Amino acid sequence: MTNHQDHNTEIVKSTKTDRFQGHDYYNVDDLLTTEHLLVRDSVREWVKQEVSPIIEQYAERAMYPRHLVKGLAEIGAFGPSLPEKYGCGGLDEISYGLIMQELERGDSGIRSAASVQGSLVMYPIYKYGTEEMRMKYLPKLASGEFIGCFGLTEPDHGSNPGGMITNIVDDGDCYILNGAKMWITNSPIADVAVVWAKDEEGKVRGMVVEAGTPGFSAPEIHGKWSLRASITGELVFEDVRVPKENVFPDIKGLRGPLSCLSKARYGIAWGVIGAAMDCYDSALRYSLEREQFGKPIAGFQLTQKKLAEMITEITKAQLLAWRLGTLANEGKATPAQISMAKRNNVHMALEIAREARQIHGGMGITQEYSIMRHMMNLETVLTYEGTHDIHLLITGHDVTGLQAFK
Amino acid sequence: MNMLVCVSRTPETTAPVKFSADMSEYDGSGVNFIMNPYDEWYALVRALEVKESQGGKVTLFHVGGAESDAVIRKGLAIGADDAVRVDAAPSSSMFVAKQIAEYCKANAIDILFFGKETIDFNGAEVGAMAAEMLDMPYISFAIDMQLDGNNATITREIEGGKEVGEVQTPFALSAAKGLAEQRIANMRGIMMSKRKPINVIPAADAADKATVVKYAYPDAGGDVVYIEPDNMDELVRRLAEEAKVL
Ligand SMILES: Cc1cc2nc3c(=O)[nH]c(=O)nc-3n(C[C@H](O)[C@H](O)[C@H](O)COP(=O)(O)OP(=O)(O)OC[C@H]3O[C@@H](n4cnc5c(N)ncnc54)[C@H](O)[C@@H]3O)c2cc1C
Repeated sequence: MTNHQDHNTEIVKSTKTDRFQGHDYYNVDDLLTTEHLLVRDSVREWVKQEVSPIIEQYAERAMYPRHLVKGLAEIGAFGPSLPEKYGCGGLDEISYGLIMQELERGDSGIRSAASVQGSLVMYPIYKYGTEEMRMKYLPKLASGEFIGCFGLTEPDHGSNPGGMITNIVDDGDCYILNGAKMWITNSPIADVAVVWAKDEEGKVRGMVVEAGTPGFSAPEIHGKWSLRASITGELVFEDVRVPKENVFPDIKGLRGPLSCLSKARYGIAWGVIGAAMDCYDSALRYSLEREQFGKPIAGFQLTQKKLAEMITEITKAQLLAWRLGTLANEGKATPAQISMAKRNNVHMALEIAREARQIHGGMGITQEYSIMRHMMNLETVLTYEGTHDIHLLITGHDVTGLQAFK
Repeated sequence: MNMLVCVSRTPETTAPVKFSADMSEYDGSGVNFIMNPYDEWYALVRALEVKESQGGKVTLFHVGGAESDAVIRKGLAIGADDAVRVDAAPSSSMFVAKQIAEYCKANAIDILFFGKETIDFNGAEVGAMAAEMLDMPYISFAIDMQLDGNNATITREIEGGKEVGEVQTPFALSAAKGLAEQRIANMRGIMMSKRKPINVIPAADAADKATVVKYAYPDAGGDVVYIEPDNMDELVRRLAEEAKVL
């Protein structure tokens, strides 16, 4: 077993091989193209080489493995489905989902970094920005030269972003931005922030705020027991002057940020399958190798119940994600369909992490295995991008036509 | 530099080894196939490095059916310019070598790259056979290659050490670990690979000189017997009487 790591010691790549193998009980691979499989296998390979050997150590120290940004960019994990013209991949939505799956197989924090950069920063700039904004920011974000963050949540407005108080006031060639955002992934290290604030008419507007602008700061939030290999912070705006050309011209209202969240939630619905498969894969192997009462623990009915239910749930989640991806490629995936997949799959992954933890016995709580880290990470994933309960209310609203949020 | 990188398709290392009921054929059903790692990680990447430093073209060459296109596509995504696929089953080393030789006779190739062996049959035959047919110098197990114009200095792995030699293009080499470092295909490369051609050509006539008659599984390993260090007589007795190696 690894000794307790002194936080001051240097991080060295672990020499333990990552024995992960994908699981495909229903031959879902047959539904994928050669390109999809290449995308998936390349990212899987990259994660095995770059993420697995270091991730436990970074998570333990609550440090963001910032050096991975370059590799994430090189492999093409930032904005993979945006056009090649802006330095992006030009891939389809299923490829994007598979990239998220493989990254989250490594760690939800690494996947979060890619989700935020691609879906929450690059996507709104591409979708709502002017051509000038696109050319200015997208290539730098795709190449990892710039790190971006997305500021929607506020200290007093989480599930109810419409209540936000961060605001902008017209001041000639600029807007003056005031307010604060909370729980913002990557904010302390971000070069640009996509910020959502209300204008004088009370309409939500989106804008790009550059780090270093006077009055803008981003203190880090410490003490997280989840997403420890991801950096989270606040965004504080005190009379920040935002040039008018940095404000998305045509999008007004919550539809703007919600459309970005739809993209990111879509990625999460795929991503967590990676975490679930990693837990199942580890549990299956461990249960075949670990013997108690003279036989492998995989031979006991209670262990088999856990394993059988895990692979059943993973298979269902894979089919849900694949179908959602097909709809997304056709431009037909609705936000409510995305909510259902996010909610179902995250919960599935968290349950599997918990069951897998039990199968590993005491070993399951150590960093010798990825299980406990996945489980702790998934608690965030269950809450961010719309909580488990909020997504249920979205489905409830969709099927009844009656909204139960307030 | 015109470079041809010969790549083969092999079962993934963790795949279970199965045969047909009469043990005459390998059964690849349900097996995940990959590009032979020596071809992908070392031969192809070294060829790409040469192209990047002094220009040229990297063509993949493969003998196999359409099921191999996924493997070829990966090579294109990693960076090869185009590919040639001889549309025939790679029935023997001789057959494959003959296809390579025929192609090289019709197309001027400066460096012909192979992996040191495939990880399925571990034959290490094709490269040597093809080079012989082409009357080309062949340097096997290369772990380093430095090019200066048309002169190459190649270090090869030998029993207990290294051997350094010089050769001029055109030549053939087989790549061993160390010749280059594995590259992972990125999303941009994967997109670009869709626009790169795989030229499918018919096989040249070549009679197989050897055919596989039968496969057999190795004997299952016996039980491990522990012998106390102070009981050397017992160890000697077992080695002589049971293992019959003394
Ligand atoms: C690590 C991390 C990273 C994050 N990154 C970002 C980021 O990059 N950008 C960003 O903008 N935000 C980010 N978030 C914020 C995240 O989206 C919010 O935490 C989330 O939306 C929930 O808001 P809240 O924490 O304020 O909880 P609350 O909204 O206060 O919810 C608390 C509980 O009340 C329930 N609840 C609330 N309203 C209702 C209702 N109407 N009916 C029933 N139940 C209800 C919720 O389901 C939940 O269980 C991040 C959060 C975390 C933890």
